Amino acid sequence: MKNLTDDKKLFYFYTILVLLILSVAVFAPELAPYNPFDANMKESLTAPSTAHWFGTDKLGRDCLTRILYGTQTSLMMTIFLVALITVVGTLVGVLAGYFGGRMDMLLMRFADMMLAFPGIVLAIAIAGMMGGSVANTILALAVVSWTKYARLGRSLTLKIRECDYIAAAITCGTRPGQMLWTHIVPNILPTVVVTAAMDIGTMIMEIASLSFLGFGAQPPTPEWGLMLNEGRQVIQTAPWVMLFPGLAILVVVAVFNLWGDSLRDVMDSQRAN
Amino acid sequence: MTYIKPTKKAVLSIRDIVKRFPTADHRYLTACNHVSLELHQGESLAIVGESGCGKSTLVKVIMRLHDATAGSVLYDGQDIIRFTGEEKRQNYRHMQMVFQDPAQAFNPKMKIRDIVCEPLYNFALLSKAEAENRAKELLHMVELPADFADRYAANMSGGQRQRIAIARALALNPDILICDEATSALDVSVQKKIIDLLLRIQQQTSLSIIFICHDLALVYQMCHRAAVMYLGNIVEVLPAGYLKEAKHPYTQALLRSIFPLRAKGECEVATLQGEIPSPLDLPQGCPFQERCSFCMAICRETVPELRLIGREHMVACHLLDVSEKEVKTEEIE
Repeated sequence: MKNLTDDKKLFYFYTILVLLILSVAVFAPELAPYNPFDANMKESLTAPSTAHWFGTDKLGRDCLTRILYGTQTSLMMTIFLVALITVVGTLVGVLAGYFGGRMDMLLMRFADMMLAFPGIVLAIAIAGMMGGSVANTILALAVVSWTKYARLGRSLTLKIRECDYIAAAITCGTRPGQMLWTHIVPNILPTVVVTAAMDIGTMIMEIASLSFLGFGAQPPTPEWGLMLNEGRQVIQTAPWVMLFPGLAILVVVAVFNLWGDSLRDVMDSQRAN
Repeated sequence: MTYIKPTKKAVLSIRDIVKRFPTADHRYLTACNHVSLELHQGESLAIVGESGCGKSTLVKVIMRLHDATAGSVLYDGQDIIRFTGEEKRQNYRHMQMVFQDPAQAFNPKMKIRDIVCEPLYNFALLSKAEAENRAKELLHMVELPADFADRYAANMSGGQRQRIAIARALALNPDILICDEATSALDVSVQKKIIDLLLRIQQQTSLSIIFICHDLALVYQMCHRAAVMYLGNIVEVLPAGYLKEAKHPYTQALLRSIFPLRAKGECEVATLQGEIPSPLDLPQGCPFQERCSFCMAICRETVPELRLIGREHMVACHLLDVSEKEVKTEEIE
């Protein structure tokens, strides 16, 4: 019993942190002291001070402002990406698992084909071909990441399909569409949601890496990966330009990962009871 | 207990059903080997036999949860094994099933109200507005309080869940109900209540029930007829009340293996010798030859046919060829 409450307490704690980060993203315009796009060459690369807590970058833009706005960009992109791959991947997996046979063969061989490529390299190739932009980054990463959910959805569906309640639903005259929607999807959802929650951190990193490499968000968008890249050129003279976006990624990814883990623990102990 | 007398009209005819499962090493597992059986209107028919003898496979074939390898099942003059798509779905309005494990038979995310009304929704026989009342009626029929409608199956006992399963199965007023060991997961006292409930419902409607059952005492008390299965074959069909006069060595062995309730001193419970043969390589001849103490030369060569030897009494055994005359006179008196 002690374990359960401990799990819950941790989960609530991390949920508060996640909500904090989300509110930073939502209220970035209110919180930020400056405009993220206003260049001021007179204040180029000034060190952190009371006026500019995190210093300024090469164009004299306030780093704190850009990091706050970057939360918006990063989280928006991540939420879109995770939602997209969860829905598409799970749908493919459920269809393959439930109908089996040729459908299963076709969908899963396609997923295997995608898995054969090294993920980030394929994403770079796709983003490079389509040109760097926020939408293309999401698309490129979605193409390489949905397979995980397809495999998960398929294996969960295969397990559930053998349950008596699916046979019972068939004998009750349930149509296939209804079967997927009311009997299969609600019962695989908890596992899928936990996996998605644990994926958020990873996806923030991957979006940042694509942007860092120049295939993601384009300047002057305030985006953490992009800011890292801009800071890279001046790391010797103005390390704060790279340090603070890096710290922002570290903290946000860590919080989301810990939140995902604690969500899983809470779900597991609930299932055990 | 009073029974309604079944009328002799066959409501379901199972004819020569064969079900083979392909195995990984390209052999075949024969679960049902030319099974023929009739279910009469208003009757309760028990199918008994050891685990793995193909009883469950047979009813899953009838319920179209497995596809038959060969054979036909006639309902209302039509072969339901040939049905596909919408025709197959519509057929579930006439036949329903109660599953063995009440813990597994319900979607854990659905409320009881939706569970018992689901078949009615599926066949567009009920609007959401009427669901409340219909769910109450169905719960009342299986003697459960109406406030169970808002619960989830996980919060109920095994006996209560099995009542819910019966309510769901009977929501469509089917002609045929199949109970796949519906009571074997329950306490003995709860078993009795569930059986009484089913018999009461059978008296009120003209429901025909197939019970798959391990418990011969239960079959003896509550069923009209019993069909004994061994290794995918029906070896004997007889009125359940005459179980003690079974002629097939296998049925006799099953009867001897029951523990008496009040054993006087030493109680002898005979068990069958030998192992049940693998359904992967069925022996030539009688399926029971390996364990039969009366095995003759002919038993190793030809499969005995199921033959009528008395009133509603059919046996598949070569022994009866030898002593047919005396058996017949005994049975008819």
